[in-house]
Amino acid sequence: MLSPVILFTAVLNGLMTGAVYALVALGLTLIYGVLHIINFAHGALLSAALFAAFFAYQKFGLDPYLAALLIAPAFFALGYGLQRFVIGPASHGDDRNMLLVTLGLAVLIENALLYAFHADTRTIDLSYGFKSVDLGFTFLSLPRIISFAAVFAVALLLWLIMALTDTGKAIRAVAKEKLGAELAGIDVAHIYAMTFGLGTACVAIAACLLIPTYYANPKAGDAFVLIAFTIVVLGGMGSVPGALLGGLLIGVVESLAGFYFGESLGQLGIFLIFIVVLLVRPRGLFGVSA
Amino acid sequence: MRAFLPIAVVVAVLAAVPLLIHSNVVLNFLVVTLMIALAGQGWNILGGYGGQYSFGHAAFFGTGAYMTAILQVHYGVNAWIGFAAGIAAGAAAGAIIGTLAFRAGLRSSYFALVTLAFAEVLRILASVAPITGAGVGLLVKLDLRAQSFQFQSRVIFYLVILALVAVSLVMAQLLERSRFGVWLIAVRENEDAAMALGVDAFTVKFGAMVLSAAITAAAGCFYVQYFLFIDSGIAYGAWISIEALLTPIIGGVGTVFGALVGALVVKSLGEGAKLVTGDVPGLDLMIYGAVLIAVIRFAPRGLVGAFTDARAHLARRLMTSRSAIKEVARG
Repeated sequence: MLSPVILFTAVLNGLMTGAVYALVALGLTLIYGVLHIINFAHGALLSAALFAAFFAYQKFGLDPYLAALLIAPAFFALGYGLQRFVIGPASHGDDRNMLLVTLGLAVLIENALLYAFHADTRTIDLSYGFKSVDLGFTFLSLPRIISFAAVFAVALLLWLIMALTDTGKAIRAVAKEKLGAELAGIDVAHIYAMTFGLGTACVAIAACLLIPTYYANPKAGDAFVLIAFTIVVLGGMGSVPGALLGGLLIGVVESLAGFYFGESLGQLGIFLIFIVVLLVRPRGLFGVSA
Repeated sequence: MRAFLPIAVVVAVLAAVPLLIHSNVVLNFLVVTLMIALAGQGWNILGGYGGQYSFGHAAFFGTGAYMTAILQVHYGVNAWIGFAAGIAAGAAAGAIIGTLAFRAGLRSSYFALVTLAFAEVLRILASVAPITGAGVGLLVKLDLRAQSFQFQSRVIFYLVILALVAVSLVMAQLLERSRFGVWLIAVRENEDAAMALGVDAFTVKFGAMVLSAAITAAAGCFYVQYFLFIDSGIAYGAWISIEALLTPIIGGVGTVFGALVGALVVKSLGEGAKLVTGDVPGLDLMIYGAVLIAVIRFAPRGLVGAFTDARAHLARRLMTSRSAIKEVARG
């Protein structure tokens, strides 16, 4: 039998990992909440952001946490442009087309990265990369504690944007009632693009938080995004608190399942949760309606 | 019978290709292209005619492939029987996933996600289970005899896959002209309205899923016979899910020839890119992604759709100019 300390450490580690999952899921759920489509390009954008964070450090010596201040706005602009000039016009207002365009973008971005940087896995060496904090009964990795705190700061910031700014109000209006918002004079194409930009910025920040302990690779984002799909479905598509709680929950489940059954079966556990939630309660644990 | 004439012509032209071209490289290219066209035609039945966009048709391709391979490798079953069993297994996988997904009322994004998840679960299971050869994969024993579905000549393989594609084309044509097909298209256009008119949406979607899965599974079975190898990454990998949906969408979603045209175009572009730049990883798929977006943007009904639109447009212009000439002559 395992000691409670080891078990507790596994839970803590799960929460740390889960926070980053939650941030990736937050971007996804935000886009779903407004555009009502799953953004299949989310993973490829995460891979691209990991490369951006990697090169910011490699070429310019920028610390990833500082680089986030540059990469997040850059990816916001990228996301805005993609929705405004590619996904929006290409999909002719049809959900199924929008899904396909995001899938096409995913294939395009992922393979452009593969073409440009090959399949090599790249990591950066930071002085604090392997630092850990002594909690008395166990040790926790410092970069992961930082990312845990940062995720909640980002979530708070996002909440403030949504609650206080005009853009935030317009986003919520479009999410609730697109036609009504349009009649009230809101530029829906602009709001769609703003939302897509915010979702992409979430992914960029997640990449900067990940790169100290993770790696850049053209397929690096895929693993996170399949998990983010699960979280978004579990938390209820479009629900922000659902994404946060779902992320933490999935982090813990993965950590414990990986601990008991080994890595690849831990992943299997996540997919089984995913399928069961989709089939039994597709609106998720916190969602209002499917 | 006239409706089947174009199919007969296209198949006859394709069947004549090996008489003119003896290059093994070209034949190999055509075999793989037709195999993808077959997988794509499977997707087209459910996605094109039924409007249910699956992002995980690898689940059926892989199940067909593994069933064929496992029966031969572990149980010494005859390859032809294995082939039939593979198609049946794919259809069964379609029935199970279809029942679960459609009973739960999953549509659009949700349906795409659940199909993707099933394909991933199967991939992970196949990468650890001993019966699928886990990480190593399964090698089918080389035995170049017709009774073990292996042929010395690539031409025979080509004619076999062409015959399978021909059957799938006829099936799509029959579907278009059947009552079932009309119900399916009604569900695609507006599921709630179709149900209000008395169409049993669940049964229609379920039937389309089973047929769709069976056709894509046939492509998987053929893969095993042609390459004599399968592993979890090939069988259940995202590549086949993507190519299966890419081909009909680029060619013409919900049309008889869409998947075939799409496969020919997409594969030619991929090979063309490789010829120009050498075999750089990622380039062909990069082009697929860009073409997919461009087609949806500029020709949402695919190349076949764009072609029929252009022809109708031309016919209309011809008509108006003819009547204008008559007016002038009379005038």
